[in-house]
Amino acid sequence: MEVEITLGGVARPGTARKNKTGTWKVYMPVVDHKKCILCMRCLHNCPEPCITSVDDKIEIDLDYCKGCGICSSVCPVDAIDMVYEEK
Amino acid sequence: MMLFGPGHRACAGCGCAVTIRHVLEALEGKCFVVNSTGCMEVVSTPYPESSWEVPYIHSLFENASAVAAGIETALKSLSREHEGKVVVIAGDGATADIGVQTLSGMMFRGHDILYVCYDNEAYMNTGVQMSGLTPLGAHTTTSPAGKSIPGNLGPKKDMPAIALAHGAKYVATASMAFLADIKKKIRKARDITGPSYIQIHSTCVPGWGIDSARSVEIARLAVETGLYPIFEYENGQLVSVRKIKNRKPVEEYLKVQARFRHLFKDERGKEIIEKIQEIADYNAQYYGLDA
Amino acid sequence: MKKVVEGSVAIAHAVKTIRPDVIAAYPITPQTHIVERLSEYIADGELKSEYVRADSEFSAISILVGASATGARTFTSTSSQGLALMHEVLFNASGMRLPIVMVVANRALSAPLNIWNDQQDSISQRDSGWIQLYAEDIQEAHDLTLQAYKISEDIEVRLPSMVCMDGFILTHAYEPVDLFEDEEVQKFLPPYDPKVYLTTEDPLTFGALATPEYYTEFRYVMQQAMERAKKKIRKVFTEFKEMFNRGEESLISLYKMEDADIAIITLGSLTSTVREAVDRLRDKGIKAGVVKIISYRPFPEEEIRKSLDKVNSFIVFEKDISLGHEGAVFTDVKSVVYHMKDRPSAFGFAVGLGGRDVRESTIEKLIVECIEGRKKEGFYFGDVKRVKEILK
Repeated sequence: MEVEITLGGVARPGTARKNKTGTWKVYMPVVDHKKCILCMRCLHNCPEPCITSVDDKIEIDLDYCKGCGICSSVCPVDAIDMVYEEK
Repeated sequence: MMLFGPGHRACAGCGCAVTIRHVLEALEGKCFVVNSTGCMEVVSTPYPESSWEVPYIHSLFENASAVAAGIETALKSLSREHEGKVVVIAGDGATADIGVQTLSGMMFRGHDILYVCYDNEAYMNTGVQMSGLTPLGAHTTTSPAGKSIPGNLGPKKDMPAIALAHGAKYVATASMAFLADIKKKIRKARDITGPSYIQIHSTCVPGWGIDSARSVEIARLAVETGLYPIFEYENGQLVSVRKIKNRKPVEEYLKVQARFRHLFKDERGKEIIEKIQEIADYNAQYYGLDA
Repeated sequence: MKKVVEGSVAIAHAVKTIRPDVIAAYPITPQTHIVERLSEYIADGELKSEYVRADSEFSAISILVGASATGARTFTSTSSQGLALMHEVLFNASGMRLPIVMVVANRALSAPLNIWNDQQDSISQRDSGWIQLYAEDIQEAHDLTLQAYKISEDIEVRLPSMVCMDGFILTHAYEPVDLFEDEEVQKFLPPYDPKVYLTTEDPLTFGALATPEYYTEFRYVMQQAMERAKKKIRKVFTEFKEMFNRGEESLISLYKMEDADIAIITLGSLTSTVREAVDRLRDKGIKAGVVKIISYRPFPEEEIRKSLDKVNSFIVFEKDISLGHEGAVFTDVKSVVYHMKDRPSAFGFAVGLGGRDVRESTIEKLIVECIEGRKKEGFYFGDVKRVKEILK
């Protein structure tokens, strides 16, 4: 196997994206878009971060979501449920 | 704008990861990050990957302030100051214990550097050992709650006061429970020239023994009980504090964390809780926290 | 420009002509005069470098890690305890391939506290991934300081360098030195092109964590860079000689070795003393010669082996000891002769520890004892007094 060692061992920005941490989760967030008031609290409090707002709709990138449940607990209108992820 | 992550390997619900992304977002990526050895470094840079989208260097545990001073000096020497602010991102152990000399030297010399301590109150990366910022009564693996000693017996080292004593122009505390406040303070520190120090209370799910989903709520309780006063000093003067309406008893914060569980088991624990309440009361009086 | 100057002043002068962007330092005897003089140049506006008065040697070298990673040319100097305090950062600087140049004013390590010269400080850092060049006299220390930048900054090397000069013996001595002119240095040393550095225009990550999957390869490429450094040192020395008409072209320097039966191997200012002793032995018909090690890391394996090809024996004189074994240089030289068919006899002596004056007569006496078979092969304290140790 060949490995590449860069000068000084520098790494390129953002390359950890290839590490899909979504496999860690046990429970996954499910957004009820009818309840969602787009307050963005979930988006701001996500540690990954993997929540975005696209066309006035909250989107959670499950490829990275570790299922911590912060988004669900900070939601003021209970619009995010944590449900057991069937694998 | 995602300047830190996704793909990093921090634990689910990591408070420090929330803190750091807001520090970087506030600076809009126009910064040089110097990261001390610790959780945030280990989870973000397994070669050849990086979670950082800003220029970043990790050198050692205890020298982040000196490395930052070198970057700031080099940018000046090379006429590249316009590129951005030099920011240290260090944990509480790197800040209050092993790195306190290089931090002191950096502040004393007056480098234009923003120092951010993400304070999760112990050496979490190595398995939850006591640091200078571990609070009274907390169980850690080197201050275990035993039959004769009930966890950590000392208070947190007063790092903001140490920064103030060095003449740092801007000194503030913040909490991951109040993200807009973090951003406001980071921008304020960015805009002054000279050393500034911001200590941000950030949860550690395994180290504190908490439910990951309750990370934000528990961080907020630290503030609402008066145990983590949120304040800011400009030019040595206290200019603002986060006021608390109906300050909560400290038990509400302590009882939701496994690291304080032993305090609820016996008389001795009760005495420690009383002492912790005294700390909260002192903070409330000293900083004028009660609304 | 030939002038009689103090060793420290010669170094400061060389640094002034090299124009580093950032200098960070902390005072320590006997290095202090170097940084004092540099501070004066800056105070007088003769040198435009940024100078950081660090809170320790640990901070000084850490500051240079930050500055060098940002693309700056950097300089520091230290001694003894200061170098020991830098230990952790030395590995970090070389691991990140930062071409920092540092002058070490060699001095003994405590305890017992001793501020005088030996080479235990830098020899103890031999595994840190830094190139180590040892100077015999002030001229050589002055010249090596410039050469070190050209070697370290080369893209095929990119390892930091220590220029080691004996404390007091060289730092505080006065000798006539041919000092660099600004134009000469600008002509000899190209501007530093870092290639990879910290900038918001291309936000790289420095200092990543390498798992067992990668760590070995990081060390492997450093070892390769050390190998390439040997070639680069020869090239830079040769270029220097062509331009300045002085210096060596090899990692070692030979004296009367053409017909020598016995090689005396040493490094630093001790070489001059050894050379005098060899001259006296030659007068007595003993065919001795001198092998001076200039580059200790990378170690001049090929050169030393070749130089020992025809000798019956060799003797190493060094100012350090790896306690529990023997002199570190002695171990290294022995490893080079291991594969030789007719292996020469090997003798090693620690001399001059903690500033003890080393006399030609002592060197001469020890060499004669080895030649006459009064000493068995092995390692000895060369100038130790009779000791009565009290253990109660």
